Amino acid sequence: MTGREKILGRIREALTVPAPHPGAHDAHGGQAPHTSFKGRPVHVARGWMPPGGDTFEEQVVRFRAASTELKTDFRFVGSRDEAFTELARIRDTEGWKSVATHRAEQPSAAAASLGLPVIHTDEGYDVDALESCDVGISGCDVLVAQTGTVVVTNRSAGGRALSVLPPHHVVVATRDQLVRDLTAAFARVQETYGTGYPSMISFITGPSRTGDIERILVLGAHGPKKLTVLCW
Amino acid sequence: MTTHVQDFLAQARVVTRDLRHRGLIQTALRKYETARDRKKAAFNDWQSARQAAAETKWDAINHLDTYLAEFADKMEARGTQVHWAGNAAEAREIILGIIRSKGARSIIKSKAMTAEEIHLNDAMEKAGYEVVESDLGEFIVQLRHEPPYHIVFPAMHLTRDDINELFQKELGSASTREPEELTMIARRALRRKYITADVGITGANFAIAETGMISITENEGNARLTAALPKTMITLVGIEKVLPKLEDLALFLPMLATAGAGQTITGYNTMYGGPRQPGECDGPEEYHVVLLDNRRTELLADPEQRDALHCIRCGACLNVCPIFKNVGGHTYGTTYSGPVGSVITPHLRGLQDWKHLSGSSSLCGACTEACPVKIDLHHHLLRNRRNAAFGEPSFFERLAYRLFAFVINRPGLYRFAKEAGRLTEPLQKLIRNTPLDPARAWTGSRDLPPMPEQSFKEWWEERR
Ligand code: SF4
Repeated sequence: MTGREKILGRIREALTVPAPHPGAHDAHGGQAPHTSFKGRPVHVARGWMPPGGDTFEEQVVRFRAASTELKTDFRFVGSRDEAFTELARIRDTEGWKSVATHRAEQPSAAAASLGLPVIHTDEGYDVDALESCDVGISGCDVLVAQTGTVVVTNRSAGGRALSVLPPHHVVVATRDQLVRDLTAAFARVQETYGTGYPSMISFITGPSRTGDIERILVLGAHGPKKLTVLCW
Repeated sequence: MTTHVQDFLAQARVVTRDLRHRGLIQTALRKYETARDRKKAAFNDWQSARQAAAETKWDAINHLDTYLAEFADKMEARGTQVHWAGNAAEAREIILGIIRSKGARSIIKSKAMTAEEIHLNDAMEKAGYEVVESDLGEFIVQLRHEPPYHIVFPAMHLTRDDINELFQKELGSASTREPEELTMIARRALRRKYITADVGITGANFAIAETGMISITENEGNARLTAALPKTMITLVGIEKVLPKLEDLALFLPMLATAGAGQTITGYNTMYGGPRQPGECDGPEEYHVVLLDNRRTELLADPEQRDALHCIRCGACLNVCPIFKNVGGHTYGTTYSGPVGSVITPHLRGLQDWKHLSGSSSLCGACTEACPVKIDLHHHLLRNRRNAAFGEPSFFERLAYRLFAFVINRPGLYRFAKEAGRLTEPLQKLIRNTPLDPARAWTGSRDLPPMPEQSFKEWWEERR
């Protein structure tokens, strides 16, 4: 018998005796009513979660509040040109010397606009070279208003390392990528990829952080110290 | 040889008196509580969301065979090798086998309680491999050769000065009191390790059946790097971590972050569904998922406490537990401490050896109230006590109850005993907490309440 059959067999045997429904103990030993959800609990629960905003404007406000609370630098501008001007401004203040990005329309255009040496991760890259870049510029799949989260995959963001190895991660996004909440974000991911999922999907909220020393917040524990989201 | 209960009592006695420790834990947990309450308030309805989470986990655990098979099939379809480990020894063997076959030398790990559970680091180090923990807290306790203090905050018991001293000694770094500086020292020490490691090992917070993915929750990005750079990636995950659908994460990610750390959502929540796929530019060439039973199926076979497998290891129950706050995380002597540890350890490691954990509870129910998936924690502690008493009844306890029943059923005898008690009460004060005191276990740390001037019966008779 294989390990799989053995464990699945043990599980099946254990499950022959049914368990009471959750929340049964609320009635202090008595038989509590089983709140049956019509449909999957996660759908019903959507209305109970932190709100994400109904209109586009509300969603921008929510995204800004949630993402800046987690130290994301969120810049929402009118056009792509304005976004690239912002980017040049950050380049100058931080003194960037090299950029990493990937071959996708917006990110590579953004990187090219900076006039610096560029690495494209999807053309094959050297880890040390990527590590020594000042900034990684990537695309994304979705922005989540509810939580201030950026959703990337290794397909939409130039692999697994680009969004986490350089000290500054810049995400370029367009306004149609902003959705209300996590439920909508997962729906968008499922719509985009169907069943051919990329091997990594990452929900990123803020730069890398830790509170492991006396619960004091420090940014840039292992991943980027800065996260900038440019949206137009 | 001392028993687990003696160790527990001895350590608890030391830690509860350690004012520095109390201060540290209290400050940390006060911060946690304020943040958590604020984030809970951002929910439109936290209590109902808990119910939804409990229902989802109930579905997952009570159809575990179906979901687990689906998870494994989907994973394998994309080139992942799925291994099934019945116990800790098997899991260690599987992982060591993979490392050996890759001719690996150095291993980078991101936080995994399952790895603690099977003592993986010990096994790898004994086999001659270099193992580095990458989560900052885990890195710190690894340098101290200590197990994690808390399942979410591993280095919660240390001050910046402790860490500074440790880094100076172990890493030869310059002295500093700034948490930021200390973090950067660790960052620099670990950067090279990611790049040179041959194998990356991670844990997992969820395993998604529908899409065949694992999901890792972290703040530091260390798991992201562990899953990006080494050529081989291994994930060790308990079989109970299954969720039916990808979209279920829309509920669980915020709940885990809110209950566990008072965050809206954790910094990185990443789903991995296989090794590097055709057309992808990086990621591991090989991906192994090791599914760990290690007596979880025995807990599953107990329908009364099956819901303990709903646990998402958020640590909320530890954070609110008066026992945890007093005795501290290391006193438990278990991988999983706090209320959830007291509930599951007797199942995972033997009821009679670990029943004392279920006994050391005030039964206040704070854990049950804090739990985002509504596990009936404090009643499970009672159930463990009951099961332990049935399994191995204590002679003296039974004698005491027989005697009590005998006396209470005979009014004359009862009155006599009461009077005798009243008369000997001053005597008790003299022998209090000495070997002569029959109530010593109680009076050692507590006052025996004084006998009332008048019993209820006397009062009743007077009124009639
Ligand atoms: S038992 Fe509940 S509160 Fe405790 S760690 Fe598990 S999920 Fe969190």
